[in-house]
Amino acid sequence: MNSLLETIESWVRFFPMMEWIIESASSFAYQIDFIITFIAILTGFWLFLAEGILIYFVIKFSKKRNPTAQYITGEKKEEMKWIHLPHNAVLVCDIFVIIFAIHVWYGIKQDLPKAEETVRIIGQQWSWVVVHPGLDKQLDTDDDVVMVDELRLKVGTTYHYKLEAKDVMHSFSIPVFRLKQDAIPGRVITGWFKPTKEGTYDLQCAEMCGIGHGIMGGRVVVQSPSDHNSWLTSKAKI
Amino acid sequence: MATEAGHHDHHELNFWQKYIFSVDHKIIGLQYMFTGIFMALIGGFFVYCFRMQLAFPGMEVPFFGVVNPGEYNSLVTNHGTIMIFWVAMPVLIAAFGNILIPLMIGCDDMVFPRINRLSYQIFLLSAIVLIASFFVPGGGFGGAWTAYPPLSSQYDYNLTPLGSTLWVVAVALEFVAFLLGGINFITTLMNARAPGMKMYDIPIVVWMIVIASILFMASVGPLIAGAIMLIFDQTLNTGFFDPAQGGDPVLWQHLFWFFGHPEVYVVLLPAMGIVADVMCVFSRKKLFAYKTVLYTAVATGILSFFVWAHHQFISGIDPRMANVFTVTTVLISIPIAEMCFVYIATLYGGSITLSTPMLFALAFVFEFLIGGVTGIFLGASGADIYFHDTYFVLAHFHYTFVPIAIIAVFAGIYHWYPKMFGRLMNEFWGKVHFWGTCISFNFIFIPLFYLGAAGQHRRIYNYEAWPELASPEFQTLRQVATCALIVMILSQIPFFINFFWSMFKGKKAGDNPWNATTLEWACPSPPPHGNFAEYPTVYRGPYEYSVPGRSSDFWPQHEKG
Repeated sequence: MNSLLETIESWVRFFPMMEWIIESASSFAYQIDFIITFIAILTGFWLFLAEGILIYFVIKFSKKRNPTAQYITGEKKEEMKWIHLPHNAVLVCDIFVIIFAIHVWYGIKQDLPKAEETVRIIGQQWSWVVVHPGLDKQLDTDDDVVMVDELRLKVGTTYHYKLEAKDVMHSFSIPVFRLKQDAIPGRVITGWFKPTKEGTYDLQCAEMCGIGHGIMGGRVVVQSPSDHNSWLTSKAKI
Repeated sequence: MATEAGHHDHHELNFWQKYIFSVDHKIIGLQYMFTGIFMALIGGFFVYCFRMQLAFPGMEVPFFGVVNPGEYNSLVTNHGTIMIFWVAMPVLIAAFGNILIPLMIGCDDMVFPRINRLSYQIFLLSAIVLIASFFVPGGGFGGAWTAYPPLSSQYDYNLTPLGSTLWVVAVALEFVAFLLGGINFITTLMNARAPGMKMYDIPIVVWMIVIASILFMASVGPLIAGAIMLIFDQTLNTGFFDPAQGGDPVLWQHLFWFFGHPEVYVVLLPAMGIVADVMCVFSRKKLFAYKTVLYTAVATGILSFFVWAHHQFISGIDPRMANVFTVTTVLISIPIAEMCFVYIATLYGGSITLSTPMLFALAFVFEFLIGGVTGIFLGASGADIYFHDTYFVLAHFHYTFVPIAIIAVFAGIYHWYPKMFGRLMNEFWGKVHFWGTCISFNFIFIPLFYLGAAGQHRRIYNYEAWPELASPEFQTLRQVATCALIVMILSQIPFFINFFWSMFKGKKAGDNPWNATTLEWACPSPPPHGNFAEYPTVYRGPYEYSVPGRSSDFWPQHEKG
């Protein structure tokens, strides 16, 4: 079974549909792209088949070509098979979708790898407050660097985030990481990500949070460890 | 119910008695339909305003003016609220339910005509409260139609102190109206069927409306409780949803979506029913596997109670819970796919006339399939991490709701118009309306699928703050969607002219213009108060078309022998 899944995964990767639309910059982005592409291939096949048959029937059984209709109850066994056959095919496809979806979900949201560093993200009306650990790599020490609407990361480092909300619901979303998590007032939600590509990316709030929801954006800056450290040092001087 | 047919016309009713305070199910149905259409105009105007802002940020929108962020939020919130609660629900369930159920099961009126009238009056009140909420100081509620607290529950956060409370009150009143209507539909179907009409002789559309009413009644309780808590949180500073006072904001999401997801099927099933009836009539075919359709509708209904948390995969629920809801959500595709297969199979061997109602019915299946398969992406928890709250979600559910609340409703209106008003609508303008609506609809939402896949998140009045989303290419796609929307709105003009012109000048329809088999075509068009001159007896199932060995290709349910 496992090898079958791996084979399917390697085939689907020949078709990097999502990367044509948006780049991927985290370690788990390709897994989410895989499940999306897998579903797109499966449902695309069924969709075109069903729409094709629909259009074919409408043309073939028009009043002009077929002046008298047949009397079919659809309740005999040999007629029901035309429903049962696709029904079972859909069921099989569904099982594959469920297996892959849960597999991907487990790896991203349930299974927390060990963190190399931890950042605290606080959503508030209408900005993201980011607490970066300083050079000591520890949160809640004197050299923490607090930024507004700017998240600075080291490439190739596994991060935990501690997500909080001050007032209303917000949603911490970085599209190129394929990362999204709602922030809930009164709770601290822990999750993880690992940036794999240097660059500057969008940081969104994806949950309606009031009149300033449309300006609650920020930037994620992913740098090499040395660049990141020199940035930390420059901040420490201030 | 107990009165004899023909005894209703003892005295002339004046205009107010006949049209405003009527207890006649047909008039109440039309009241619901006209109110729903009026609300659709408001909802349509709202979408025009905010789509113009998205395509041309900061422009002075004709007939509105500059859309500021607060107004933008209020427009999107109330567009959603209106289209679901004040258009889809009243038109699909209340209007078609009221007009069709007594006629199709062969009785003179609803079992509780006065409760029926009360239902409409409360509904009208709820619409007035909602409209009033747009004009109070602070403006209408802008916390999204899902109204997640604490944004919706605390005025300091939403800045719409009156608008948000009036919004909740309007929604709660609307639920009361539909509970009263639902009681009526269920009781009427169970108790007032024509003699001889067995369970499997009931037309699918009637079954669907009644199953939908049962779903609504079973699911709405938690949300009414939630709405009361929300009103208390807003006005009395209770802390049901306030973590600082020991409450839990996620509780609202569970209450809302426990109702909210069955609600999707509450509006889907009547649309499916309308389409089944129209397709049988215009393909001169018996419905393929009637019992399968009925059972899958029931299965969908039951399963729909176990999928709600797929709206909350990333909302901070226990991540293990997502696995359960992925299974149920993906599995609900099976009964829905089965229904689509049945409809396609019904066409096989038919003799299809592409009249306006049939075109709309076929377009429903065609477009709904797209809405259905894109739902799989969102039901699969792994993919939903990325797609959640993007335009992909928005495009997906518009590909379900537009077929349901617009396309299927038009199929129903064109199909039963002769019964409602005794005249036929114009076919040519009907087809202009059809193509204008359906082609432009796809041009609105296909670009939005793409934008959603590229990461564009929802409820943003201007994408300037995100360089990845502010590119000129994406802006062009937004403009394409907006232009298509304007074409779609303009395409409704031929419908309205056709609708009102045909009411007075259309060709006389006669009792049964489509040569259909169900009971509503056995009474005069339009039916008088009391409906049938002579109550029909039912001898066979609802879709006996093209029965071999008969000279005519339809065999009405009430025809003896």
